[in-house]
Amino acid sequence: DPQKTAFLLRKQWTLYSVTPLYRFSNAHLRDYARLLSAFIAAEKQKGLAGGGGAFKCFFSPSQLSSRSPASPKNSEEKLIWSGWFCCVSGDDLSENVAEDFTCLPLFLANGAECYTSIVGSWFQKTFDCCFRHLAISPLNLSWMAAMWTGCKVDKTTSAMELVFSVPCLPQPLDISYAIHPEDAKALWDTVQKTPGEITQEEVDVFMDCLYSHFHRHFKIHLSATKLVKVSTAIASAHCDGIIKFLQSQYLTGVLMLLTELAISQIQ
Amino acid sequence: HLATSLPLPSERDHLRPRIDLIAFMIDIKSKYSLKNVEASLAHVDASFFLGKVCFLVTGVGRVNYCSVEMNAIWKLGEVYCSPVLFCELELEGIRVATAQRLVRMLQICAGHIPGVSALCFGSLMRNSADD
Repeated sequence: DPQKTAFLLRKQWTLYSVTPLYRFSNAHLRDYARLLSAFIAAEKQKGLAGGGGAFKCFFSPSQLSSRSPASPKNSEEKLIWSGWFCCVSGDDLSENVAEDFTCLPLFLANGAECYTSIVGSWFQKTFDCCFRHLAISPLNLSWMAAMWTGCKVDKTTSAMELVFSVPCLPQPLDISYAIHPEDAKALWDTVQKTPGEITQEEVDVFMDCLYSHFHRHFKIHLSATKLVKVSTAIASAHCDGIIKFLQSQYLTGVLMLLTELAISQIQ
Repeated sequence: HLATSLPLPSERDHLRPRIDLIAFMIDIKSKYSLKNVEASLAHVDASFFLGKVCFLVTGVGRVNYCSVEMNAIWKLGEVYCSPVLFCELELEGIRVATAQRLVRMLQICAGHIPGVSALCFGSLMRNSADD
């Protein structure tokens, strides 16, 4: 669905891992919307959610994957917050879980943090699940850098950018390393042996080449710093668990990877 | 004695006491530290790998800062037949406990504990692998 997909692109989504939901049913989405609206209104009364205006919540099922977006809107019909559950190829988790549970391990939220925590606590209370921020380790970010560099893009738009945070300094220092996307792809093509398959060794070699190139010019060992952000034409990911989808073509692929990360955080 | 890498400078060779234990420190947050250790290992005499070498992995408290793959570390321990210890330097309790373990290992390696030698470390590791 191109309209729904366009809605997801070029927005900053904060990632959460969610444990299986108890007795969640697609048949009761209208009731959930009603209950969630009431909950948000109650929280607003307690002063826990800012902003004026009434709230409307709607849940909608999706055919692509088990996505159930929940979006409170204010009375002027401006979308102020949206969140959606996702599970792409999460068969491993679903198999090991009892029947009453629904597995939607990945949650993505866009909008004010206060709404995310309200919606999160409602889900946690109602379905006995647990939301946790999904952080992305430098190791996983390197995988994303290698994987996404290898993807074919129609028009070469943005450079590949890696951001590193330098530890143990009195003042924080970030190093931004931008690489021409064609050069990065050429490098990855020489490293990857089997198309469609990626090994840890290949990712290591790819990153090591980038690090040695940088060291040759600047005498700085990037391998001693922390990789905090990866930006490619496909998507950009930050170690705090923030993602931006940039290409609809690879949306499912990125979601599959994020689902995997969410599942490993849960287990 | 503390060093950032091996080999140690040869100028001070004659002043240096006997080395009984080498603990290689790998910071899980720094790929560079792993590369450094791998390069330094090449300068260690083979006789040390009979129980007088161990790997100390630090920074393991926070999984989300991981820049080094755990398999690479396990493989290192296997290839060099040396124990791998995990430690979180920022927590005092763990720091103290790890220091005590290392001192104990050092006593054994230096031959201060009668009846136990550094060779025992190697055979202990082999047994647990077979189990």
